[in-house]
Amino acid sequence: MSSGLLFACVGALLFAMGIAGVILIGHLLRRILAFNVMGSGAFLILVGLAQRNDVPDPVPQAMVLTGIVVTVAATALALALVRRLFALTGKLELPADET
Amino acid sequence: MIWLILLPLLWASLAFVLEPGRGKWLAITGLAMQTWLAFDLAQKVGAGGSAIFHAVGGWGAPLGIDLTADGLSAAMLLLTQCVALPLAVYASAYYKRDDAAGAYFWPLAGFLIAGLNALFLSADLFNIYITLELVGLAAVGLVAAGGGAQQVATALRYLFATLVGSGLYLLGVALIYGAYGTVSIAVLTPLVTSEAPRLVWIAGGLMLVGLLLKTALFPFHFWLPPAHGGAPAPVSALLSALVVKASFYLILRLWIGPFAPLIAVAEWLAWGPAALGTLAIFWGSWRAIRAERLKMLIAYSTVAQLGYLFLIFPLLTGHGAIQAGVMQAFAHGLAKAGMFVAAGVFIKATGQDKVSGLAGVVERLPITLFAFGLSCMTLMGLPPSSGFLAKWLLIEAALDRGYWWLVVVVLAGGLLAAVYVFRVLRQAFLLAPASTPLAAVPRTLEWTAFALATASVLLGLRGVELVQLVGVPA
Amino acid sequence: MKRFVVGSGALAFAFLLIGALLEPLMEPPSGGVDLRTAVAANMTASGVEHPVTAVLLNFRGYDTLLEIAVLLLALIVILASGIDTASDRPRAVNPILQTLARLAAPLMVVVAVYLLWAGAFRPGGAFQAGAVLAAAAVLLHLTGLLPSWQVPTLTLRWGLTAGFLIFLAVAAGLLTQGALLQYPPAQAGMLILLIEAGLTLSLGLILAGLFLFLSRDPGDDS
Repeated sequence: MSSGLLFACVGALLFAMGIAGVILIGHLLRRILAFNVMGSGAFLILVGLAQRNDVPDPVPQAMVLTGIVVTVAATALALALVRRLFALTGKLELPADET
Repeated sequence: MIWLILLPLLWASLAFVLEPGRGKWLAITGLAMQTWLAFDLAQKVGAGGSAIFHAVGGWGAPLGIDLTADGLSAAMLLLTQCVALPLAVYASAYYKRDDAAGAYFWPLAGFLIAGLNALFLSADLFNIYITLELVGLAAVGLVAAGGGAQQVATALRYLFATLVGSGLYLLGVALIYGAYGTVSIAVLTPLVTSEAPRLVWIAGGLMLVGLLLKTALFPFHFWLPPAHGGAPAPVSALLSALVVKASFYLILRLWIGPFAPLIAVAEWLAWGPAALGTLAIFWGSWRAIRAERLKMLIAYSTVAQLGYLFLIFPLLTGHGAIQAGVMQAFAHGLAKAGMFVAAGVFIKATGQDKVSGLAGVVERLPITLFAFGLSCMTLMGLPPSSGFLAKWLLIEAALDRGYWWLVVVVLAGGLLAAVYVFRVLRQAFLLAPASTPLAAVPRTLEWTAFALATASVLLGLRGVELVQLVGVPA
Repeated sequence: MKRFVVGSGALAFAFLLIGALLEPLMEPPSGGVDLRTAVAANMTASGVEHPVTAVLLNFRGYDTLLEIAVLLLALIVILASGIDTASDRPRAVNPILQTLARLAAPLMVVVAVYLLWAGAFRPGGAFQAGAVLAAAAVLLHLTGLLPSWQVPTLTLRWGLTAGFLIFLAVAAGLLTQGALLQYPPAQAGMLILLIEAGLTLSLGLILAGLFLFLSRDPGDDS
């Protein structure tokens, strides 16, 4: 097993953990962290899987850089909304659905 | 066609640099130019009979990113600009000068429209991921803007749904790059045909689930009604008419593009979306019939109407299914935008959001009620509206394949739609005690609702051109 | 129950995915594309010497353009999601920390400029440089030397969007000459440096803004 493939397998585990976390965790800060774990998993797969014969490929590396910036933007946005919710309700969990 | 992406980016960022709340003229001018560009593009694609390509940076796929405008893309672009322009006019009269919710409406809406246009034009899976995020985050921002605790909680729930959706999509893109070393749709299609390892099946499944979550197809619809029902009227209209259509477009694009070889192997897969679509029609209509708040009723109606879009998947191997889907997207997009903005007028006038509080609007807001009625006509699928044409095309395609039960679903859905819209219309035609106060509403709001609703009906008369346009292959 | 179902579902998914990952993949030329050769072949025309920078700003520069839009958008959403009535509490800060921060901040600016310049031929570039700039601002904020930002002024709004607007202007200008973002090879290096310089400033401000707007203090009683 090449090192790239090892990265990809770890990425698969991280992604699965992350998505389970996003679904299960009620605490919003931890849920945002779970989302970041999920994103990291996808990035590891993107870079690791493309690294054939252990020669790096610059294209997925650039894609991951782009993806990280997008994730940073999403995380900051989520934190801002969580903070706003906390300022308004004093809670760090979503209220029960009332639809 | 590149200006369709650059113009909204430009006016969005300039609107941010200007004072908050200003920039509406910038936006309306920009959107008017975009509408002209979209018509021009549709004309060129339709007349030329072939897709228009643009290699960004002059590199060309697979090294660079390609943009492609085929009939499907041109049609979706046309829908986007035709809905966004009246909505911009509406929003310019809807938000008061010092309204906190409207302070950043223009930059957010600009980025949203830029993201949509970029998504419809892109032919590169990773580039599409970024446009998806642009659309999703802008939509969340519009829902959250200036709202109270309820609205922020709704926006957060929406944010997590859309982030998980694009996360699944991104993993799919990563697996595809790993398997084939490219993310260009045009380069991928022959590669998938020649060899598809298990990884690609997983990638396809992940992307499909992620996009279904973003399209809010039953049972992934949980986030849609509160988000669309709780946002300000112009935002609800943008989200219901356009944003959910973007991920539907992408599913369709992938389904008939790079993943077509996989589906050819396992044709039964197409019944999955169709079955969920059927459930969506019944469940959404049921909840709409039971809804107490007007905007929730309209939002659940969106859940139901999205179901029709997915009925076309088993028919895609035959003729006319894509046309039926796009016609439904147009009919629903225009009619639902008209409905939400009309509801916005009702809410502004009556000061509350209950269906039961609509009594008396027939005397005071006849134009808006007429607009609402025209939109209802399209949703029910009465001739000569575009909704009728969409259902007609769908039934024709279904009968062509002998799937008569799809016909039953379509007709039953139309009847259910009639039940919930008549609930509203009946209330609206009741006479109210003369003492009930109604606030004055700017005329612009009423007439934009009227324009959107009329467009949704009149499109039924000019549907042939749209059907021809959609037929232009990539 | 839900925990069990979701947990085992995720675990099953992970094993399925790993199983598929371990299958031997197609290697070029039997199927698939190898972009490494394409990137290497076009390096001379790209205007920079580092392959990742070349992909980011030239071959897939359009991705980067949209990505800056996403970042700017996130900042606008933060501003739009509601202005808390802010009162910047003075916090007790160690004077040693303040002195060190005062020393570190100019150095970080120098590092940022170096990273920007180095991006052309080794790992570095606008993002890294912008991140260091933003880190300097955050450091100053945490040591109480820089107050958190309230409503952005006109100058700040120009600063936040300048990088994006420069990028957009270059892209549109090149569109009139051929294709979107099609750099003429002779001027490619210069144009990329111009874009990166603009981006460094704006990215630094945006990233700092993500932190400094967020750290608006909601006050104790609200």
